[in-house]
Amino acid sequence: MSRILEEARDRFLALAGEAPPAGGLALLREVGLEAFAEQGLPDTKQEEWRYTRLTPLAEIAWTNAPAAIGVKQSSLEAAAEPVFGCEPVVFVDGRHRAGLPGGAGAGEVAALAESAEAPALLGTLAEARSHPFVGLNGALCQDGARVTLRGEAPCLVHLVFAEATEAAASHPRVLIEAAPGSRGTVIVDHVSLEETTHLANAVLEVEVGANASLDLVVLQRQGKRSFHAGHVAGRVERDGRLRTHTLTLGGAFVRNDLVVTLVGEGAECAMKGLYLGTGEELIDNHTWIDHSVPQCRSDELYKGVLAGRSQGVFRGRVVVRPDAQKTEAQQSNPNLLLSDDAEIDSKPQLEIYADDVKCSHGSAIGRLDPEALFYLRSRGIDVDEARALLTRGFAGEVLAALPEPTLAEAVGALFSERLERAGESP
Amino acid sequence: MLEIKNLHARAGDALILKGIDLSIGAGEVHAIMGPNGSGKSTLAGVLSGRPSFEVTEGSVLYRGEDLLAMEPEDRARAGIFQAFQYPVEIPGVTNNYFLKASLNAIRTARGEDELDAMDFLSVVREKMKIVEMPKDLMGRSINEGFSGGEKKRNEVLQMLLLEPSFMVLDETDSGLDIDALRVVANGVNHLRSPERSMLVITHYQRLLDYIVPDVVHVLSEGRIVRSGGKELALELEEKGYGWIEGAAAP
Ligand SMILES: Nc1ncnc2c1ncn2[C@@H]1O[C@H](COP(=O)(O)OP(=O)(O)O)[C@@H](O)[C@H]1O
Ligand SMILES: [Mg+2]
Repeated sequence: MSRILEEARDRFLALAGEAPPAGGLALLREVGLEAFAEQGLPDTKQEEWRYTRLTPLAEIAWTNAPAAIGVKQSSLEAAAEPVFGCEPVVFVDGRHRAGLPGGAGAGEVAALAESAEAPALLGTLAEARSHPFVGLNGALCQDGARVTLRGEAPCLVHLVFAEATEAAASHPRVLIEAAPGSRGTVIVDHVSLEETTHLANAVLEVEVGANASLDLVVLQRQGKRSFHAGHVAGRVERDGRLRTHTLTLGGAFVRNDLVVTLVGEGAECAMKGLYLGTGEELIDNHTWIDHSVPQCRSDELYKGVLAGRSQGVFRGRVVVRPDAQKTEAQQSNPNLLLSDDAEIDSKPQLEIYADDVKCSHGSAIGRLDPEALFYLRSRGIDVDEARALLTRGFAGEVLAALPEPTLAEAVGALFSERLERAGESP
Repeated sequence: MLEIKNLHARAGDALILKGIDLSIGAGEVHAIMGPNGSGKSTLAGVLSGRPSFEVTEGSVLYRGEDLLAMEPEDRARAGIFQAFQYPVEIPGVTNNYFLKASLNAIRTARGEDELDAMDFLSVVREKMKIVEMPKDLMGRSINEGFSGGEKKRNEVLQMLLLEPSFMVLDETDSGLDIDALRVVANGVNHLRSPERSMLVITHYQRLLDYIVPDVVHVLSEGRIVRSGGKELALELEEKGYGWIEGAAAP
């Protein structure tokens, strides 16, 4: 480990001592601290971090989010707008601030720091030692949410993680339990209230019960100085369905890890991802689908749009264990490069130890189709608008899979807006 | 309306148009016939501004302005329209969204107000009837999975919506059965007026039974080798292109 990374580790460890654990979070904190103290921050010699240098993140003197956060009432209200069809639950700098819906159709949401006891599953799906940022999240977690979906009526939950304090790092932990037979959508929404340098290091533990069906939307739309480390660890039981939608609209640094284990026969996982890099951004997506029992299906589609001097990384690991016969697994990672200086490093990684399986994968790197561009222009559409339309069209397939049409529209608009603002509507 | 003088153009290293002279007045319909590879689509592409063609010599004036200096979108806004031989498929962009964006871009250029979704819908419905276009094609991605005939109808639908002043139809008839041909030709004829001109490119004479031209030109190896009235198309049909190729030889 380099000196910079070591010093950053030590500063994080010191931060843990400064903020005592709230509610039932003591055990999570203790285990996390131990794991992180051992592991520290990875350098690029580790295969999983080969293209993703943590030095820029390590150079910042992060602080704990203050207990009383000075946020303008108007920004807080804006964050609490029910944009996706329900009242959001708002966290500022990782701490619960407003809104806790409950009852039918809303899903049950509890703030972790406000409950005396930790839920049994907390820290078991995402183990502290499984990933350096999971350990770090446990070590410094101050709050988070427990979301429970029950019953057959579809539930909709919108969690907003808003950041406000310059140089603060937040480490929210979210536990989502979809009870057997339940259905619903959980949106985890990362936003910047103001343009700040912030680290959002979120860990989501997701349990999809037998016959349950869950859409998990992770929308990363922080400001351009923000850092994001997002870890999702999911487990799907018999005949359960998990559909993840990882929408990354950019920040100074984004690393998403998504690990889903299919543990019951007939379980399904659809992983959709859309990432947009502009300027000098780095967007890294590591996914891992683990087929451990027979008759499961997974289907992964990650689409990347990289403009400016941005850099994308995609690692898609699919493991089919010896017992997992009759597995169907598909993976695809098409990328659109909008400039000569943008880069993508895409690597599918299929590890198949069963023989009766149907698996396929592919990645592609392309540019805007000049024929399509000319076609639109020949109909009077401005060249910049034509490029934006085609780029949005490329993203369309991922957006169309979103569970709420309003969400698809809103994310599509954000996507186009970011691209345009970057002046890189190519 | 359109004045083409000594037009030379190439694609890659190959010189394809080798000196075209053509003058088309307002309200006139000119047909261009010629064997495969004679340069018909190249001529159409040069007029609409396809970037893969490079003009090496000659000029094109459209209503007195230098057409070749204009960007493709500016040509469209000035009233030029090409119905493509092979309309491109564009995944992820709905036909509806595209046609509305296109019409509003053209309307803005003409100094007219943009149409909102409702007004657009009523205009497009009326035009769709003319080309007998199935409704569900509007919600689909542009040309994606359209049959050959549906793609051509979509081209004519766009033409009806945009109401251009100068139209180039590049083999809009090819691949159509006789009923579809009649529908498409009917759509085109809707736009015939003393203010509009057309260049109708076709390989076969039969389209010209429906869209009757004022002048017929025969293109061979990048040159217009013969021009005449509509009876030239019939003569060509009878004698075949071999007859013309003979005539093109110096
Ligand atoms: N982009 C291109 N690059 C190289 N050659 C081309 C290109 N486009 C057309 N050509 C060639 O130019 C000639 C004329 O093509 P085209 O104009 O499409 O003919 P037509 O439409 O009359 O069949 C053909 O020999 C064709 O192969
Ligand atoms: Mg042709």
